Amino acid sequence: MTYLAKPKLLRPDTPRNALGYTKRDYEGSISTLCAGCGHDSISAAVVQACFDLDIEPHRVAKLSGIGCSSKTPDYFLGNSHGFNTTHGRMPSVLTGAALANRDLLYMGVSGDGDSASIGIGQFAHAMRRGVNMVYLVENNGVYGLTKGQFSATADKGSKSKRGVVNNDTPIDLVTLALQLGATYVARSFSGDKEQLVPLIKGAMRHRGSALIDVISPCVTFNNHAGSTKSYDYVREHNEAINRLDVILPKDKITATYAPGELRRIVQHDGSVLHLRKLHEEYDPSDRVGAMNYLQERAALGEIVTGLIYVDSSAEDLHRYLNTVEKPLNQLDDAELCPGSAALHALNESLRGH
Amino acid sequence: MKPTNTGGPDYYHKVVDCQWACPAHTPVPEYIRLIAGGRYSDAYMINWHSNVFPGILGRVCDRPCEPACRRGRIDKEPVAICRLKRVAADLKDDIKEQLPKAPEKKNGKRVACVGAGPASLTVARDLALQGYEVSVFDAGKAAGGMVRTQIPKFRLPDSVLDEECGYIIDLGVDLHLNHWIDSLKKMLDEPWDAVFIGTGAPRGRDADLPGRKEAAKHIHIGIDWLANVAFGHTTSIAPRVIVLGGGNTAMDCCRSARRLGGADVKVVVRSGFDEMKASPWEKEEAMHEQIPIINMHVPKEFVHDNGKLKGVMFEIVKAEYDEKGRRKLVPTGEPDVFMECDEVLVAIGQENAFPWIEKDIGIAFDKWGLPVLNAKTFQSTLPKVFFGGDAAFGPKNIITAVAHGHEAAISIDLFCKGRNLELRVPPNFSLVSQKMGIHEWIYDNQVSEEERKKVPVKALEKTLKDIKLELELGFDPFMACSEAERCLNCDVQTVFNAKTCIECDACADICPTECITFTTNGEEEDLRTRLKAPAKNLDQALVVSDALKTGRVMVKDENICLHCGMCAERCPTGAWDMQKFFLQAAQAGMEAPRT
Ligand SMILES: Cc1cc2nc3c(=O)[nH]c(=O)nc-3n(C[C@H](O)[C@H](O)[C@H](O)COP(=O)(O)OP(=O)(O)OC[C@H]3O[C@@H](n4cnc5c(N)ncnc54)[C@H](O)[C@@H]3O)c2cc1C
Ligand SMILES: Cc1ncc(C[n+]2csc(CCOP(=O)(O)OP(=O)(O)O)c2C)c(N)n1
Ligand code: SF4
Ligand code: SF4
Ligand code: SF4
Ligand SMILES: [Mg+2]
Repeated sequence: MTYLAKPKLLRPDTPRNALGYTKRDYEGSISTLCAGCGHDSISAAVVQACFDLDIEPHRVAKLSGIGCSSKTPDYFLGNSHGFNTTHGRMPSVLTGAALANRDLLYMGVSGDGDSASIGIGQFAHAMRRGVNMVYLVENNGVYGLTKGQFSATADKGSKSKRGVVNNDTPIDLVTLALQLGATYVARSFSGDKEQLVPLIKGAMRHRGSALIDVISPCVTFNNHAGSTKSYDYVREHNEAINRLDVILPKDKITATYAPGELRRIVQHDGSVLHLRKLHEEYDPSDRVGAMNYLQERAALGEIVTGLIYVDSSAEDLHRYLNTVEKPLNQLDDAELCPGSAALHALNESLRGH
Repeated sequence: MKPTNTGGPDYYHKVVDCQWACPAHTPVPEYIRLIAGGRYSDAYMINWHSNVFPGILGRVCDRPCEPACRRGRIDKEPVAICRLKRVAADLKDDIKEQLPKAPEKKNGKRVACVGAGPASLTVARDLALQGYEVSVFDAGKAAGGMVRTQIPKFRLPDSVLDEECGYIIDLGVDLHLNHWIDSLKKMLDEPWDAVFIGTGAPRGRDADLPGRKEAAKHIHIGIDWLANVAFGHTTSIAPRVIVLGGGNTAMDCCRSARRLGGADVKVVVRSGFDEMKASPWEKEEAMHEQIPIINMHVPKEFVHDNGKLKGVMFEIVKAEYDEKGRRKLVPTGEPDVFMECDEVLVAIGQENAFPWIEKDIGIAFDKWGLPVLNAKTFQSTLPKVFFGGDAAFGPKNIITAVAHGHEAAISIDLFCKGRNLELRVPPNFSLVSQKMGIHEWIYDNQVSEEERKKVPVKALEKTLKDIKLELELGFDPFMACSEAERCLNCDVQTVFNAKTCIECDACADICPTECITFTTNGEEEDLRTRLKAPAKNLDQALVVSDALKTGRVMVKDENICLHCGMCAERCPTGAWDMQKFFLQAAQAGMEAPRT
């Protein structure tokens, strides 16, 4: 099999963003995933989001674990930093990187196996510590890379391609993230970029840990009748609670909305989340309400998507640890090693009196 | 929008921009691929079938295909379609064995062609191959028409003309040279089943200005002067030459004058540079030969001293546009400009003339002196007489003359068989999948990022000394292959099947030029604005699919699809397939395909 690179020819009217880049400048190498894999659509959504946000590619670090999903950082942001870690260990490596250099935008890319099976412990701690990151789970309910075994997010009662029924209770990463204190929590579908792209943009402009659980059909091992993560099933059961538009300080607002229809949420950096309500009673700033709502809807067999919870005044791990503003990796010897007098003073301060 | 009907010959033909723009509908990408594969003879034969004169056209065609070429919409320059045609002609083996033969047994019908230009020769070829006995009459010494008598040899050597006219004559066409037909009436008295008139537009327009008569010795009509040069009657020109006019003829005049001793040759044109009729490459070539082009100057007077030409007086004008956008040249009021010169070549247009056609034999002419014709069948008001080429609708170019010839031959064939001329034979076409494996296609789908190759030329000092020395060398095989690879294979069509699409977005995501969108249907005007990349080129179609499972439709903008096949490679269900569309325009004797 050959994988041809995309030709570099550009249409003459190709849009450029504020940095003069085209969307193509945010692409990576050509994908080697199965044709039709939902993960490729997510890569395309990341490309679109970074283009729209005028992100400088060298300001982004993408980290991933192992799996088809974890391979995708190779297929977008070819000019960004990247680290393909070991299975389920992306969160700890990312936490370390984020502590060492707070200046970069961190994107953790993972799968349902990588995060909900082997990596569940790591996932939990990244959420509860408020690591300043976008945590993207490309959730297909199976281990795609190892040929389609059920993962921990597979729904109870759903059937494998061979007809085997899954009897285990699924882990819902969205519910977990809410409970563990994540401050931006969303769910989306790889087949709905209109919804997904703004959710990624909002997450990238959020401070704190932002989780997006993207249902992303595995076209090869989990797209059959009996699967609850197939294109058809997700389309039939998708219940979007709201539609998001991310408005940057530079943007002019053109659309007008009926009163009460729109909710404006201003994030720490001045970006505004415009949320158009699709479900009247839903309040995305109510963590407990959100958890209840998810449970109710799940019991009805609905897949709730949209921006489920956001805390616009959230803080992050650096604030909790009270680290200096300057990235740790830029501190020089004098700053890192202030000398024996300083050590003596510190020791003195710790002695019980 | 309704689902697009891609069946029939036209929809996909239009996607092959070059072939659609070629008056003879040459299957361009097909021959370009053969060139890339080193199969020059086969590439030649594809051309020969459609345009009859590949070696000639590969050098001097007006190439309407190139401005239409899709590559030109996404890259700096289109594919060098024309010069690749020359490659096929230059590098082919002896193709005599591949040429079809005229049937031994004739069909008993006799057709006369007046003029041996490209139009008549095309009629002769198409009909000879169908068993007609064809006679061609021309006043000139050799076949080729104006292509031989007017186009300078440094652009088109006689050897190429001899070869390609020869292929037609060798089919048993009865060629009568040095034979001026002085009366159509007399000709019609003879037992011809049909007569084709391909006598061109032989009269050069004159500049009727003060001083014209007095200085006549130093003022020449461009096309007559070129003919004299071609025949070797004129072998020199005075050092200072002014060429009046801005079309092909003016360009050939000035460049010929440079080669015959004109040291200071300039072209002076009424219009602006961009409005000149000459092709951009012709202007470039003239300027490359140190010939200035002076625009917005209208000649007023030939200034002479007792018949000895001194120069030309010009009025300076500017273009003004009325509310309908029509251009008018109005004097700027600046003082007139006098340019000195020793000789003038007048190349300000060509006209038709049929002094040998009697007015009372039933052939009607319009107020411009052009025959009244059925635009589809080329039949005149006298049923057995047909016109084509420059004689039909005024001066055009070789490839148009060829296209007319094909249509006229079809008409003559139908006419001689007593059939309805309006019921035209449809073109032959096919659509065949190119899939060989998961990421493998019969065609080379990798898009080359190379720039257009420049044709190497001989040194200017050398070519300016010898008017018969061909300037261009043509591409060598390596350049040809590299240029051929620039072709996007627009004939390999993206064929979509809504029934098998699962709406995974893979094709829309991978498409390098964002041609594909999945969206809710709407009216075309609205839909064009809602695509991933707005479809602003209204000349290019949108394909709209049947409704998909979600109720949406797939919309593809044909405009700058690279035909790279990435959509089909990415599609998990084979809803996209790459299928080669091959179309051959109808020719005399061709039957409708049996399906
Ligand atoms: C200077 C010049 C440069 C050109 N350059 C190009 C170019 O680069 N590319 C291009 O595509 N086109 C070019 N053209 C146009 C092209 O030559 C013509 O469009 C084309 O030759 C028309 O073909 P035809 O078959 O209609 O007639 P013609 O080629 O004009 O042939 C008509 C023939 O009929 C003969 N004839 C006329 N009346 C009679 C009669 N009563 N009896 C017997 N014989 C008769 C003539 O002698 C002539 O040989 C050029 C034209 C000129 C003048
Ligand atoms: C420590 C370790 N255990 C097991 C594996 C085998 N393994 C590779 S990928 C994978 C599951 C990946 O599933 P997921 O994260 O859902 O990714 P997907 O391929 O479905 O996108 C497993 C179990 C491994 N590479 N390393
Ligand atoms: S195995 Fe599944 S998850 Fe992996 S690339 Fe193929 S479709 Fe995507
Ligand atoms: S790219 Fe090739 S097939 Fe397409 S219009 Fe140009 S020459 Fe024709
Ligand atoms: S890749 Fe195939 S299945 Fe997927 S959206 Fe395109 S046509 Fe449909
Ligand atoms: Mg998975």
